[in-house]
This record gives sequence, structure tokens and C-alpha cells, in this order.
Amino acid sequence: MPRMTNPAPTQEIADRLEREIPGSVAERTDQHIAVKPEALLAVASVLKNTPELDFDYLNWATAVDYSSHFMIVYNVVSLKNNLSLILKARCDNRQDPVVPSLTGLWKGANLQEREIFDLMGIRFENHPNMKRVFLWDGFTGHPLRKDFALK
Amino acid sequence: MTSYEAMYQTEPFLLNAGPHHPSTHGVFRMRLTLDGEVIQDVEPIFGYLHRGVEKLAETLNYTQAIVLTDRMDYLASMSNNQAYVLSVEKLAGIKVPERAEYIRVIMAELMRIASHLMAVGFLLNDMGAFMTPVLYMFREREKIVDLFEMVCGQRLTYNYMRIGGLSHDLPEEFIPALQKLVDTMPRIIDEYDELLAENEILLARARNVGILTRESAINNSVAGPVLRGSGVKWDIRKADPYSVYDRFTFDVPIGSVGDVYDRYRVRIQEMRESTGIIQQAIKALPAQGEIQAAVSKNLRPPVGEVYGHVEGPKGELGFYLVSDNSLHPYRLHVRAPSFINLGALRELLIGVKIADASVIFGSIDICMGEVDR
Amino acid sequence: MGIEGIQKIGPITVSDPDKAEGAEIELMRRTCTEPISDPDRWTEEDLRRNLLVTSLDTVINWSRRASIFPLNFGLACCAFEMIATAASRFDISRFGMEIFRPSPRQADLMIVSGTLTWKMAPALRRIYQQMAEPKWVIAMGSCAISGGLFHNSYSVVPGVNLIVPVDVYVPGCPPRPESLLSGVQALYQKIKRQSIAKNDKPGPDTRDS
Repeated sequence: MPRMTNPAPTQEIADRLEREIPGSVAERTDQHIAVKPEALLAVASVLKNTPELDFDYLNWATAVDYSSHFMIVYNVVSLKNNLSLILKARCDNRQDPVVPSLTGLWKGANLQEREIFDLMGIRFENHPNMKRVFLWDGFTGHPLRKDFALK
Repeated sequence: MTSYEAMYQTEPFLLNAGPHHPSTHGVFRMRLTLDGEVIQDVEPIFGYLHRGVEKLAETLNYTQAIVLTDRMDYLASMSNNQAYVLSVEKLAGIKVPERAEYIRVIMAELMRIASHLMAVGFLLNDMGAFMTPVLYMFREREKIVDLFEMVCGQRLTYNYMRIGGLSHDLPEEFIPALQKLVDTMPRIIDEYDELLAENEILLARARNVGILTRESAINNSVAGPVLRGSGVKWDIRKADPYSVYDRFTFDVPIGSVGDVYDRYRVRIQEMRESTGIIQQAIKALPAQGEIQAAVSKNLRPPVGEVYGHVEGPKGELGFYLVSDNSLHPYRLHVRAPSFINLGALRELLIGVKIADASVIFGSIDICMGEVDR
Repeated sequence: MGIEGIQKIGPITVSDPDKAEGAEIELMRRTCTEPISDPDRWTEEDLRRNLLVTSLDTVINWSRRASIFPLNFGLACCAFEMIATAASRFDISRFGMEIFRPSPRQADLMIVSGTLTWKMAPALRRIYQQMAEPKWVIAMGSCAISGGLFHNSYSVVPGVNLIVPVDVYVPGCPPRPESLLSGVQALYQKIKRQSIAKNDKPGPDTRDS
């Protein structure tokens, strides 16, 4: 068993995802796999439930604002195989970004998706408690967006 | 409904605990729905210390952002520093000199001991042993903090590590003082362990309280002593060795049941392992050497992204950095272990008596600066 | 409310507690823009005092300053230096202050240590108002004095003196325990100069609501 947390073999995993859910993979590099947001839940399901992959641990979830679009980034880890994979989903809708929630698969996504909603404004469908976590009700704006200026 | 229940009609009671409360864990608020003494639902409310670290980091340059990282988990500043500079070095491809790596390991392990001392002390404070264990733990922490003050002049927020190395070299009196401390440390940990491990009250309040099963721990993404207390042998120092950790021999203690007592024992054992690592590091420390690699003052890492992580005292602390080849980070996200560990709180607290709530909360060992950032 | 020039946003009748909290925070953000100044009447030396009041003053001031009960109000990193001051090495107990009260009703001194955010500001004000007279406030650390490192953040109050009147400012990030003790000594000097004759409060408490 390898001692280092190997970056997961992205090319093989992307091939497998394309076989199981055709049209889901939008981009693949040696560092990450980017999938279409509609296919995110299905892809995550495959990653978690396939015995050979067994990505049972969601390490972290965040979002980045590239002025033209948002990129939601997840890091899933397989504890048994000691593999770490970065999964991305691109969201082009800036007015009302909505992405499926992964709380059904990994409960650890609950608080982190609330944080992304609070600070970036991206809503997650089927999230059990979609409300702000750090800022108060009535705060206008989403601070981590690039168009929110600090005074 | 029996006639007894018809006579005493009860309804759930909403209790607000916080944000200002006697527990020393910081500004944390819980809205508890109680049925008598049993917790039916809990809603943790965060944000009372949200300072906007991630947004502020986008306005500072890479070296200035080190001071922001100090103040997140303020009980383990050295680990925060190490995680951040590690990420930047990974992104920019900077190699740190040997001597600096060994000194970083020594500082990180000393920090782990100090943080676990605080964790155990405040856990016992929550259990009712008011302030006595805290004062004893503070006695040891003051010795460790004296060493840090000798090196960098600060007692709490050190700002000691720099991108590519360290800010100051060790003064001459550091290694003899450190040797003296780690020689006495095992005996001190044994002293605490003897006092506490078989203590009836601790056993009654900690055994089989707040059990987090293995599957639940993995699904809730918890990390650190909470995960290891539930039986998962996952430590970033072994799984993805960083710095020079692959040169040291140490063990990763795990628990079996996943209750408060297991997490307490994991922390005590980790303190012993850390002492062992420091002893090995003192012997292997190169006597001479650079402590800072040649890094440009206006560092502009290449375009790209990186995730760098360390095993902090509270769990896996990581920084996800996106760079656009400018002086400031484009995006800095902190994987804060305390925040993610608190996701398991609701599951842990439902169905327990309110007296156990603060004990379970104390055993997760959070630091609000890191939860709220 | 009794303060001119402050716009009320209307009666808060929402039932959802989160909305009520949010509305209170937004109201504070809009209204607390000026620091509450410390009146320096207590430094005036040319007030005529009669002998009886002077000796009474000495005794009362001594008893007030020699047994201050601080309030446990640690917010962030400075809280740990405050706890270190209360621990056995720096020992604030030498000054009669070792009992940190958890309840504001039993405390005289509020040591605000750490960063104050707008979300926490209503709680701070409420706790200050629950303390009984005479009461004093020490702002410990640069975040409490002026927002510190985080002063240009979107959620940080730039200085605790926008919310409560402050008597002593202790600079540092975090201040060493010796600095905090020196701040306590400065507070003693201030308490020595108070007099019951002038009904001297340590600062205008005009922000009652």
C-alpha cells in the first residue's frame, strides 16, 4: 500500500466516469477532474459507492470566483487506498448560481456548503438547512465575490 | 396518554447557550431544544468571530498573509504558519534548507504539546474540575511559551515561519533549555495521567459519552484526535509526509470506542509521541546551516493552484491557494479542522443530557478563531 | 429611545429569531459610528471638596479598586493572555481580581479582549448594560482598541469604544500579561481620582436603548 497520499490517477478515473455517466466529464488534467454541474451528484455517487474507488471522506469544499464564472472545488479522499482527488464543477450563471448538494452522500458537506452560500452566494439544491452561517440575516452581498469591495 | 402524562403536559423548551458563556471555548452559540434534561435538537450558530480572513488575504501579499494565519487557531500558531508557508512553497517550487525543516518540526511538535495541554485542561474544566487542571497545564505551557519567546519574541501569535524558511535562527541557549524541558516532559505527562486516567469522576463522565462511530466520523469529515479516537488511523504526518517527518519514528495512537475518554487518551498519548519526535529532532538537527532559502521579496508564484496540508493539533489544517502570478493570492481557502469537526456536533448531542453537552463539546477541542475565520 | 438623529427602522415584529437578530445588528451598524468619549471631569483638580467627602472618597475608592471582579469576556486570542494573567505565573490574584465572574450582574470590570464583530456587538452592549454601577471597561489588544489587523474587514467593529465607553486601552497584539497588569494599575489611578460628591460616572452611558 502506498505511503504517500498519491494524487488519484485522474485519467483512469475520468475514463471510468465517462463510461458510466457519458458526457459528465468536462475537463481533465493530472491535477483535477472537472465535471458538469448537472452530473455532479451522479459522479459523486460513483466515486463514493464504487468499491475499487471508495472515496469515503470528503476533505473540503470551496468555491472560487473567476470573474466570468464560479468554480466549485471538492477534495475527496479514499482513506483505504490513500488517494486524493480534486473534483471541480463550473457554474456559469452569475445571477442565480445553483448546484446540487452533496450532503446526501457526505454529511461533512453540510457546513461547508452553507459557508459557500454565505460568502459566495451559490445555492445548493436539496440542502437540509440552506441559510447563512457566518454573517447575519440582513447582510447584503456575498463578501468573497470579486465585485464586493472592502472599504 | 396515561393519566400521569395527561396531568403533566410538557412541551419542548428552547434554551439559548451563548455566545457569552463561562466555558472558555470562545464565542459560540447553541440553540438547544430540550425535553426536560434531554436534548432533542441543537442548532449551533457561528459567526461571532468571523473576521473575513479569506477576503483580507486577497489584499495582502504572500508574506503579510502569514500574520493572518497566526490568529486563526491562536492556540497553535506555529502549525498554522507551517501549513501556509508549506502551501506557498509547494506552489512556487521553493526548497527549504535542512536546518529550517528540523527547526520547524521541533516548533510544530512543541506547539502540539502546548495545544493538547490546553485541550485536556479545558476539557476537565468543562467536567467540573474548575481551574485546577488548567492551572497545572498552564504551568507547563508557560515553559513551552518561554522557549518560543526566546526564539521569536512572542508568546501567542508567533509569526515565526517565513516562505522558504524561518525569520530568526535559534539562540544558543535554546537547545539546552529545550533538552531540559523534553527530558522532564514524560514524567510530567505521566503525573497528569496518573492523576486523571483512573479518576472515578472522569471515567463516569467520559466513558461511553459522546460516542462517534467510525462510519459516522468518516462521513462527517472529522479529522484529528476526534477521528483517531473513533478508530481510524489517519494522520497526515504518515499518510502524506511533509517537511522531514518521514525521517522520524513515531506511532499514531487510536481509540476504539469513539467516546470522550478515547479522545482524551489519544491526546495524552500524542503528547508522549511528540516528545519522542522532539528528542529525535534535537539529535538530528544540523549544527550549522541556512535557515532561509533565497526568495524574492516580491514573491509572485506562477499561475496555478495548490493544496498544502499539515497535521495540526486539532486535525488536518490545509490551505487551498489559487495564484494568478500577482503579489496577492487570488483565492485563499482554509480547511479549518475545528469548523468541519463541528459538523458532527448535532449528531453527537441529540439524545444526551444537557450536562454532557459541554463535555462532548470540550472533547472536540475547537478554537473559535479557526471555526469562524 | 431618547437619542435624536437616529433613524429607527420601525418596530421589529418578526417572529423568526434570526431575522430579529439580523435587524438589531444592522441597526447598530448604522447608528454606532462615533466613538464614545471619556469625559475628563475626573482630572479637574480645582473642585472644592469638603473634608468629610474627601476622606470618604479615599475609603470608598480604595475598596472599589482593591477588589474588582472582572467579567470573563474573552473573544479571541487576547483571551488567552488574559487567562495567562489569571494563572499562577502572573497571578492577577495579587490585585484582588482572581474571581472572574461569568455573570455580568456580579462583575465590576469588563476586559474586552479580542476582535469584536458586528454580530457580537449587540451581545456586548447588552452585557455592559447588565453590569451594575460602578463599572469600568478595559479594551485589551489592538483589535478591541481600533479593529487592529482586521480594521478594514466587512464584519469587524473598528474599536470597542463605538459600542461601550472604554476607560483604559491596553495596546499589544496580544499584550503581554505584564501590559495587562499595567493597564489595571492605570485603572487604579483613575478610580483613585473619582469622587462620590460629583456622582462621577466613568463615561456617558448615552447609548441605552
